[in-house]
Amino acid sequence: MSPIVIVIITVAFVAGASAGWFVLPRARRRPPTLPRGTRRILLPFTGMSISRRSFDAAVRLARAEDATIMPAYLARVPRTLPLDAPLPAQCLQAMPLLEAIEQRASTQGVAVDTRVIRGRTYRDALRRMLDDEPVDRVIVSATSNGHKGLSAEDLEWMLEKVPAEVLILRPDPEDHRKLTAEGVKGHF
Amino acid sequence: MVPAAKQRGHPAEAPRPADRGHYTIFLGMAAGVGKTYRMLLEAHAEQEAGRDVVIGLLETHGRAETQALAEGLPLVPQRRVTYRGTDLFDMDLPAVLRRKPELVLVDELAHTNAPGLEHEKRYEDIEDLLDAGIDVLSTVNVQHLESLNDQVAELSGARVRETIPDSVLGRADEVVLIDLSPEALLTRLRAGKIYKPERVEAALNGFFRIENLAALREVALRQVAEEVEAKRLVTEVVGTREGTLAADLPQAVGERLLALVEPYPGAQRLVRRAWRSAQRLGAQLDLLWVAPPAGEPDPEQQRQVVALHQLASVLGTTLIVEPGDDVADTVARVARERGTTYILLGRSRPARGLARLRVPLPQRLMEALPGVDVRIVADRSLRHEKTP
Repeated sequence: MSPIVIVIITVAFVAGASAGWFVLPRARRRPPTLPRGTRRILLPFTGMSISRRSFDAAVRLARAEDATIMPAYLARVPRTLPLDAPLPAQCLQAMPLLEAIEQRASTQGVAVDTRVIRGRTYRDALRRMLDDEPVDRVIVSATSNGHKGLSAEDLEWMLEKVPAEVLILRPDPEDHRKLTAEGVKGHF
Repeated sequence: MVPAAKQRGHPAEAPRPADRGHYTIFLGMAAGVGKTYRMLLEAHAEQEAGRDVVIGLLETHGRAETQALAEGLPLVPQRRVTYRGTDLFDMDLPAVLRRKPELVLVDELAHTNAPGLEHEKRYEDIEDLLDAGIDVLSTVNVQHLESLNDQVAELSGARVRETIPDSVLGRADEVVLIDLSPEALLTRLRAGKIYKPERVEAALNGFFRIENLAALREVALRQVAEEVEAKRLVTEVVGTREGTLAADLPQAVGERLLALVEPYPGAQRLVRRAWRSAQRLGAQLDLLWVAPPAGEPDPEQQRQVVALHQLASVLGTTLIVEPGDDVADTVARVARERGTTYILLGRSRPARGLARLRVPLPQRLMEALPGVDVRIVADRSLRHEKTP
C-alpha cells in the first residue's frame, strides 16, 4: 500500500470521526420508554403502607404478563384548597413509600411506573387517573377496616365503572403484612 | 413552595441588645402535647430559684392538670375589651410592664389581640416585654408558622388564620421542642385530657389522625433542627470574622436544586430523591427536561411528560421544558438563570459508537458550572447488601 493511500485513508477516517462528533449531539438518543402495547397493572393505595398481598399479586402477574406495575398513591385534596394544590405533607408519606415499592419490584425484575394522583376523595383520584391513563388491570386489597383506604362502596364502584379487569383480594389473616417506607434501602 | 429557611429572618440580622429579655418558645406539633404544662414547670423552677415570675396570660382550655400547676404563680389579671357588644379578654400589657417582673409567661403567642389594643398580635406584645428587659416564656404550635400554612391546610382541611412570621421563631433565644409520639397524644385525647368528651370523636376523625400527627411531628422536629443549625452557623461566622459575613449568610446557605429528567418511568425516582434532598436542605427544586428540538414525542413519551408535570405540581415544584441540541449547554444556561447550586441527574445510559469519545455529561456540567455540586442519583435497589 502506497503512502498516498495510507494518508487518504487516515484523512477519511479523521473526517468521518469529526463529522460523527458534531452530528451525534443533534441525534440524541431517545430515553427508553415502555414499548407500545405494554400491559399496565395499577396498584392504588392510600396511607402509610401497602398490603403485601396486593403487591405480591401485582408482581406475580406482572412477571407472567411482562407487564409494568403502576403503584399510585391516592392523595385527597381538602375542599378548601384548589385541586392542583401542592400536597407536601402527603408527599412526605408517599415518596418514601413509592421508593420502597419501586426498589422491591425492581429487585424482582418488574418494571415500575409510579404516580401520585390527587382528587377530592380516593375514588375521585382513582377516576381521574383512569380517565387519563388506561390500564389493563387494577389490584386492590379489601380491608375489614372501613375507615381506612378504599371503602366497600369504592370497590363496588370500581367493579361497575373501571374499564379494566379489577382484582379485589379478600381480607386475609396475612393482611398484617405491609410494605412500608421502612423498606427503603439507603438514604431517602 | 418557599422553604422555611428562606423566609425566616436570620438571628444575625438583629443583634440582641444586652438588656433585652431572654426569650424561650415552647414549640409543639399540636394541641395537647404539653407545651403550657412544661412552661409552668419551668416557671415554678425559676420561682423556686428566687426569681420574680408572673403569669401574663395563660390558656388552660379547662385542663385540670394545667390549672392545678398554675397555682402558686402570681397572675396579672387580663383586661376586658368590649368589641361590638362582646367582651374579649387579653393580656394587660401595660399592667405587666408596670409590674416589671423578671420573668413573664405568655401563652399562645400566635393569638390575635382584640381590636384597639397596643398591637394587633400577641407576639408584638412580647417584643415590648423583651425590650423592657423582661424574660418571656411562650408557646406555639408549629402549624402557626406562616411558611407551613399550606402544609397544615392540606393536613387539616382548614387554614390556620392566626399565623406568625417565621422570623418570630428566629428571634427567640431558645426554641424548646415539646415532643410526644402520635400514639401517646391520641391516648391523651381519648382520655379526655385535651378536649372535652363531646369534641373527642370529631378531633379523632379530623385533625388528630395518626398520619397527620406523624407528618406534623416530622415538620416540628425539622423546624427545630433548622433553628439549631441557623444559630450554630451564625455563632461560627460572627465569632470568626467580626460579623462581616453574617449579612451574607442567608445567601451562602440558600441552596437551589435542579434535577435533570427525561420522560421515562425511571425519572420519577430521580424526582423523588431530588425532592427529598430539597426538603432536607430547605431548598427550592426545579425539574428540567432538555427536549430534542426536532420531532414530536411519541404517545408514550407524552404520557410520561404529563406524569412528570403532575408529580412536579403535587410536590410544589415546576417542570421546565427547554428545547436544546446540546444538553450540557442548555442545563448550564438554565442553572445560571435560576441560581442553581446543586444539580442531580440519573446515571447515563452506556454510550455507543463515537459517542464514547465525548466528554460525559456530568464532567461537562462540572466544567461549565464551577462551584455547583453535581450528583448522580443511583438506583438503590441495585445496591449490594453488606454481608455481616
